[in-house]
Amino acid sequence: MSETKGIMIVGVGGQGTLLASRILGSVLIGQGYDVKMSEVHGMSQRGGSVVTYVKFGEKVYSPLVDQGEADYILAFERLEAARWISYLKDGGTLIVNDRRISPMPVITGAMPYPDEIVEKLRAKGSKIIASDALSLANEAGNAKSVNVVMIGILSALAEFSEDVWQKAIVECVKPKFLELNQKAFSLGREYALKSL
Amino acid sequence: MKTLLLGNEAAARGLYEAGCRFVSAYPGTPSTEIAETVAKYDEIYAEWAPNEKVAAEAAIGASIGGARSFCAMKHVGLNVAADPLFTVSYTGINGGLVIAVADDQGMHSSQNEQDSRHYAIAAKLPMLEPSDSAECLEYMKLAFELSEEYDAPFLFRTCTRVAHSQSVVELSPRVEHELKPYEKTPSKYVMMPGNAVKRHPIVEERTQKLIKYAETSGINRIEMGDTSVGYVTAGICYQYLRECLPNASVLKLGMVNPLPLELIQEFASKVDKLIVVEELDPIIETHLRSSGIKVDGGKNLFGLCGELSQNKIRKALGMSTASFIDFGETVPPRPPTLCPGCPHRGLFYTLGKMGLMVSGDIGCYTLGSLPPLTAMDTTICMGASISGLHGFNTVRGAESAKKSVAVIGDSTFMHSGITGLVDIVYNKGISTVLILDNSITGMTGHQQNPTTGKTLKGEPAPAVSLEKLCEAIGVKRVRVVDPYALDELKAAVTEELNALEPSVIIARRPCILLPEVKTSPALYIDQEACKGCRQCMTIGCPSISFNNKKAAIDPTICVGCELCTQMCKFGAILKKEDK
Repeated sequence: MSETKGIMIVGVGGQGTLLASRILGSVLIGQGYDVKMSEVHGMSQRGGSVVTYVKFGEKVYSPLVDQGEADYILAFERLEAARWISYLKDGGTLIVNDRRISPMPVITGAMPYPDEIVEKLRAKGSKIIASDALSLANEAGNAKSVNVVMIGILSALAEFSEDVWQKAIVECVKPKFLELNQKAFSLGREYALKSL
Repeated sequence: MKTLLLGNEAAARGLYEAGCRFVSAYPGTPSTEIAETVAKYDEIYAEWAPNEKVAAEAAIGASIGGARSFCAMKHVGLNVAADPLFTVSYTGINGGLVIAVADDQGMHSSQNEQDSRHYAIAAKLPMLEPSDSAECLEYMKLAFELSEEYDAPFLFRTCTRVAHSQSVVELSPRVEHELKPYEKTPSKYVMMPGNAVKRHPIVEERTQKLIKYAETSGINRIEMGDTSVGYVTAGICYQYLRECLPNASVLKLGMVNPLPLELIQEFASKVDKLIVVEELDPIIETHLRSSGIKVDGGKNLFGLCGELSQNKIRKALGMSTASFIDFGETVPPRPPTLCPGCPHRGLFYTLGKMGLMVSGDIGCYTLGSLPPLTAMDTTICMGASISGLHGFNTVRGAESAKKSVAVIGDSTFMHSGITGLVDIVYNKGISTVLILDNSITGMTGHQQNPTTGKTLKGEPAPAVSLEKLCEAIGVKRVRVVDPYALDELKAAVTEELNALEPSVIIARRPCILLPEVKTSPALYIDQEACKGCRQCMTIGCPSISFNNKKAAIDPTICVGCELCTQMCKFGAILKKEDK
């Protein structure tokens, strides 16, 4: 097996980043990797900026991904992509849900929301897959399935077969929401395969 | 069977496999999931206690009663439980006793980042510190074995990055430990001076025996590699260090109190330089220095504040770090906020509008201190809102009491607010207390408490009546209001502030995130009616924003609470059926 790899899932508290990381963890452990994932619970979950670090390889030590170390960043919102872009490795890929959720300092007018974030990041040489994951989630049947749409996009870039991901979704999602999430996954995956 | 578990879930699995029979805890990030996970095992009795002192005492009682017993708390919770901690060190145990404490380096969800290792030293208690989930499970089982072998309660220290990281663990079956017989032994369990005087030397002898264990057992291990520098470390720092320096010589401490000085000496003699890698306070470093072991680097490299990471260690050691892209513009921060529909929002809007001094407390409602609400003056610790206000108003007089309130949640009031209220009544104070009763412990992620009518295991339970409790304390003016009804709320606060006696206002409405709470369809803005006055923005709801000089409501997060409707003088905020 190769060197340790890092994935970050970043977003806004309440967007379901924890489910996304659980599906990812299930895929990775199923592939026989050593896996560590660091999550943030508690205060930040209340609408704050949230980040989950996922590390895998033959032997993983630190559960954190540091600046310049992420092979992939899944950003559930574009301001969060800008916030965490410094964690992307040279040659890494940013997968971003190109959607704006204004943080409180923007809502109160204390600070501006930067414009053209995705374009600016692209100009800096980042490899980016931008999507309207919210529309895909709505198409799947529920806006809350953005998390699994994003996982679908990631799946198209990773080396593991689609079955492995499908199996992980069955493991991690409540049966009541399985069909919805399977559809969200497929829509994300198809979108990525088309745009690659 | 190999599986991915959070450190907290692995600790809970360790409790299960170790045959633990009794668990008591008070929720606190990052410790909460230990008790929540344990609650799923039928073999283990598990409860939420009203506070950490009670949890510790209940676990001590269960241990004296012969069961392998456990309690869990966050670092600041151990302050609350410190009283029994210091004396149970003297009594020792009957059934094995483990006390878990989760530190929060970096203050992800805490009011300070105190280092719990000080407690192990001060209370003369052994402390284990796992570095990942596998060690959480392994050390938990070991802690029970050692607790019984050395007649010592064991401290089990984790931190956010261990408690809330998932890593691979191997599961084993449970080994049952039947209740040990209970024999009345006042000389061991009645800590009056005559008995305690005899117990103290036993504690000191125990420490000497534990040092011998620490010197020779595998829990502290030397991993030899490049001998130019040797690193002494423990817990999560071991993982960061290994990430940076896979070939370095490392002494990894699994037991951080008492320390194995001979083993450390031996390690030091094999390397050219010795560096201690630890977060927060220089506990290991100071101990080595005071024991005459030459330390070439420690806090001078890593500092006293916050958590470490692989890059922080690389930078401190003069190593290179990976290059990265910088966005190049200021990225607005995204602090946590009260949720759309949160019953606390209207309350803090009202208190802010009234210009009151607000003595605050620990919970979701601490977010009422952030802009645009900015309606909180102080937050110190659990319970300090009420007792702190009493002191504030006592020195500043009756006029101050007319312009100030304490705010405290239902769970926090049960934790340590009651005694503050007793202080006010008993000492003839006239302060006004608002209990924000959202029927759950919110910030830590929805834990039951004595007022909710359910136990940790989800069973129905008697619910403490806040009204009757306050009345029993001697508060004559107790009233309940709905925090969604802003006019009523303001009238109630005004009236109680002017009363020359203590008052309690219970602002009652369940947390919007509770599954049983029904939300309403999203509201929308009538773009023609909206005058762009921004009055709706003053409540700080994340679902309201401004586009083209008009308000807009995000339909994906609005829950239709209609708080903003009460702000709008132009009737521009409408429900779907208003169309």
